[in-house]
Amino acid sequence: MKRLLPVAVAAMAAFSLGPFLWSALTSLKPADELFRVPPTWIPRSVSLDNYRDVFAQRPFARYMVNSLFVAGLSTILTLAAGAPAAWALARLRLRWSAAIEKGFLAFALFPPAVLLVPLFVAARDAGVLNSRIGVAFVHAALNLPFAVWSLTSFFRAFPADLEDAARVDGFSRAGVLLRVVFPVSAPALAATAILVFIFSWNEFVIALTFLTRDELRTVPVGVAMLSGVTAYDIPWGQISAAVVVTTLPVVAAVLAFQRSIVQGLGAGAVKG
Amino acid sequence: MGSRSRYLWLLPSAALLGVILALPLLKGLAGGVPGIGDALRDPAVGRAAWNTCLFAGISVPLELGLGLAFALLLNRDFRGRGLARALAILPWALPTAVMALSWRWIFSDSWGIANDLPRALGLLEEPVPWLGRPGTAMAALIAADVWKTTPFVTLILLAGLQGVPSDLYEAMSLDGAGPVRRFFWVTLPLLRPSIALALVFRLIQALGIFDLVWVLTGGGPADATRTISLEAYDSVFRHLEPGRGAAVTLLAAAGMFAVALVLGALARGRGDA
Repeated sequence: MKRLLPVAVAAMAAFSLGPFLWSALTSLKPADELFRVPPTWIPRSVSLDNYRDVFAQRPFARYMVNSLFVAGLSTILTLAAGAPAAWALARLRLRWSAAIEKGFLAFALFPPAVLLVPLFVAARDAGVLNSRIGVAFVHAALNLPFAVWSLTSFFRAFPADLEDAARVDGFSRAGVLLRVVFPVSAPALAATAILVFIFSWNEFVIALTFLTRDELRTVPVGVAMLSGVTAYDIPWGQISAAVVVTTLPVVAAVLAFQRSIVQGLGAGAVKG
Repeated sequence: MGSRSRYLWLLPSAALLGVILALPLLKGLAGGVPGIGDALRDPAVGRAAWNTCLFAGISVPLELGLGLAFALLLNRDFRGRGLARALAILPWALPTAVMALSWRWIFSDSWGIANDLPRALGLLEEPVPWLGRPGTAMAALIAADVWKTTPFVTLILLAGLQGVPSDLYEAMSLDGAGPVRRFFWVTLPLLRPSIALALVFRLIQALGIFDLVWVLTGGGPADATRTISLEAYDSVFRHLEPGRGAAVTLLAAAGMFAVALVLGALARGRGDA
C-alpha cells in the first residue's frame, strides 16, 4: 500500500494534466510536424509560430479583452450582491435563513440545457443581445448562489466579538461590514472572487447565444469558432496555442490558490 | 433595526436572481406548454432524451467511483500533497468548451494520441475513427466528461473526508479492524451526505450537458450523441422554432426535477433508517 501510493498519485496527475500537456506539446510543433503520421510526442523542433499566428491572424487579443471585461464586471457584481446577503444569512438570525439558503442552492442546480432557451428568449425580447454588460449580469446571477454558499459558511466562522466591539464603538451595521468584516475577510472574499472569475471566464452557453458579433465574443466562444471549412482545414496548431493561452491563467490560479479552493468549497459542502 | 429591514441585505441578490433567472425561466417554461404534446410525440426528442440518459447513466457512476478514489488518495499524508490536490482539481477549473477542442485533437483519427498510444502499446493495429462512429463517439464524450468533472466529485468528497474524525479510525484500529472494514463501516457511512450532494449535482449537470457535446461531436455522428440541450438549441438557432425549444426545455426541466425529487427522497428515507 505504501509503495503503491506514489504510483497512484503519478497516475492521477498524468490523467489530470494529460489533455492540457498534449495541447501544449502540439502548440509548439511547426506546421509540417503537426500533421505527421504517426504523431511525434515531443516536438522535434520547437516553434512559437502558432502563438504568433493566433494573435496576428485571429482577433484573439480582442476575445481576451472581452473576457476580461465580462469576467471582471461579473465578479464585482457577484460579490457586491452576494457578500451582504451571505453576511445577513450568517449573522442576523433571519427566521427564513435555512429556506433562503436552500433557495439559493436550487439556483446553482440549473444546467445549461434548462437555461439556454428561456434566457436567450428573455434577452432577445428585452433587446440586450450583443451586450457584454448584459452577459456580465447574467454571469453574476449564475455565480451568485455559489458565492453566497461559500461566503455564508465563512462568515459563520467569523468571530462575532469583533463585530460587537465595533458596534459598541458606534459603527452602524453597514459601517461594521465595510470597515471591519470585509477587510478581515479579504482572503475568503479573494478566494471566492477568483473562483467566480474563473466560472465567468469559462462560461460558454450564455456567451455563445448572447454575443453573436465576432468582435464581442469571449475567449471560449472565439476559440470554439476557430475551425476551418473541413476537418483538414481546422487550424489545430493555432487552436492548441489558444487552448494554452486561455487555460494558463487558470492553471496558475489553481496552483496558487489550491488550499483556499479546497477549503472554500469544502466548508459549504460539508454543511450542505 | 427592525426585523423586516434585515431582509434588505438580501435585496440585491434577490433582485439579481429574480429578474435575470427566475422570471425568464418561469416565462420560458410556461412558453413551452403549448408545444409539449408535439415534443412528446417527436421521435427526435425521444432519441435525444435516450442519448442524454445513456450519457449521464454511464458517466456519473464513473465520476463518483474515480472521484472517491482520488479523494481517498488526496486525504492521505504524503509529500507534495498540495501540488497533487491542485493538479487533481485542475480539469474542473479549465474552460469546458476550450478543453473540448483539446479532446477533439486527442481523438483525431490520424494525428490523435488516443490512437497513437494504444498503437505504440501494441493494442491497436488500425486507427479507430473515434468521433466518426456512433458507439465510439459516445465513449469519447463520456471519457472527456469523466476527465472534466471527476475533480468536482473529488472536491466534495475530500471535504467530506476531512470532516471524518480521525479518532474513530484509531478506535477501530485498536479493535483490530483492517482498512477494508474501516472503509465500509466508518468512511462510507459518514461520507453519505457528501456522496448524495455530489450525485445530485453531477446527475443534473450531466443531464443538462451542452458545451462539451457542442464542441466535441456536434451531436454526431448520425445524431448518436445529440443530447436534449442540443435539441433545444437547434430548435431555436437552426430550425428557428423557439416554441419547440421551449417545450423541449420544459420536458428536460421536468425530468431533472423528478430526478432531484427521487434522489432527495431516497437520501432522506435512508437517513431516517
